[in-house]
Amino acid sequence: MDILSSLGLGRSYLEKIFSDAKSFKADISAGKGILDGKVIALAFFEPSTRTYTSFDVAAKRLGASVIGFRSQEDTSMAKGETLSDTIRMLDGYADCIAIRHRYDGAAKLAAEVAKNPVINCGDGRNEHPTQSIVDLYTIVESFGRIDGLTYCLMGDLRYSRTTNSLLYALGQFKPKAVYLSSPDQLAARSEVIDKLGFKCKKIDYDIDSVIEEVDVLYVTRIQKERFADETEYKKAKGSYYINEDLVARMKPEGILMHPLPRIDEIDRRVDRSKKAMYFEEANNGVPVRMAILKRMFDGGR
Amino acid sequence: MRNGTVIDHIPAGKGLKALAILGKKGVGSAKVAILVNAESRKLGRKDMVKVEGRRVGEDEASLIALIAPEATICIVDEYKVAEKHTLSLPKTIKGAIRCTYTRCISNNDSEAESEFRVLSSSPMIIECTYCVTRISEFEVASQF
Ligand SMILES: [Zn+2]
Repeated sequence: MDILSSLGLGRSYLEKIFSDAKSFKADISAGKGILDGKVIALAFFEPSTRTYTSFDVAAKRLGASVIGFRSQEDTSMAKGETLSDTIRMLDGYADCIAIRHRYDGAAKLAAEVAKNPVINCGDGRNEHPTQSIVDLYTIVESFGRIDGLTYCLMGDLRYSRTTNSLLYALGQFKPKAVYLSSPDQLAARSEVIDKLGFKCKKIDYDIDSVIEEVDVLYVTRIQKERFADETEYKKAKGSYYINEDLVARMKPEGILMHPLPRIDEIDRRVDRSKKAMYFEEANNGVPVRMAILKRMFDGGR
Repeated sequence: MRNGTVIDHIPAGKGLKALAILGKKGVGSAKVAILVNAESRKLGRKDMVKVEGRRVGEDEASLIALIAPEATICIVDEYKVAEKHTLSLPKTIKGAIRCTYTRCISNNDSEAESEFRVLSSSPMIIECTYCVTRISEFEVASQF
């Protein structure tokens, strides 16, 4: 079974992952030997730090060996080999392929070529399902639940694969409210919104009106090259700057998340706040991916 | 026409596009007539495509619904209309149209073939299965 999209992930699958991740986090050596003799291929055609490293560590903690590459320069793709050919080769060597690629749909294509399971670790602006599982796990750790909370996703929601996957995964639960805050040209695509089983509320730049009711504030970075004009970029940049004042207005138990890397959308002084959960979110990458890999070879969702 | 197939109720001006779509399915070698700007009670003006001596299957013609959602297909047998159906799109469309998103893998790997899921025939909503981009009726028509 491949993991290509968060849309296909069922609630019971996710809950099993959360419980396994919790055990691995409590005792990292609990994974020892589970994937002995297995080979995991990491095919990262696009640079990555966190996802690559956490998959690498997760596989090794489970006893698997890891092959693969990071960024296109290392591979013969740079010499014109097709994605399909590279995947076919890795499929012959490994029991599972985790792929990241700059083009949307690359993981799906890889899954069509490979006989072994494929995990989408980010394909263009499309999806990043394992990140959304890490995100949800972090929320469960903080609140003990995902249902009934108020979420606000903020920043570039148009080209952000992490927010797409998070929205899809939230569809397995019953959020109390989901606010989407982004400038118009970076609003979430209707193709994504239409697939959700819950209603979202677009609030453009108006974070002030909801900040006091938000349990989970999820921020993504805004990239300058997405804007046609400088004024609009400056407006967005100004509105999406998370400082201590804004965080102070959140509920006491509220959390601030970010898939990282961040650029300058969060004031470094916010890092000291107990609401700042992004480093913990990054730490959770290893136990959650251990749980995902374990389940992949246990058979089934 | 004694025997053959008539594809009717094509919006005026789209007859040649319809023919191009049929041509992709290999109908091009049959004897074909195209009638443009015919009078129509339903559409005002319409185009028609006649394929003589050959029965065009609904699956062969179904992609015409991409540009002519109200088109019908009639099988003519011994000067009589033996069958008549409204064309409808298949659930998935493979290879026939390009995804409009340049960073979609279907446009960037020589082995990849485009694939669209048909969410609705009328109004036509089709979505790339690789990059989840929806492409409009206008974008589809401009590819033929
Ligand atoms: Zn596409």
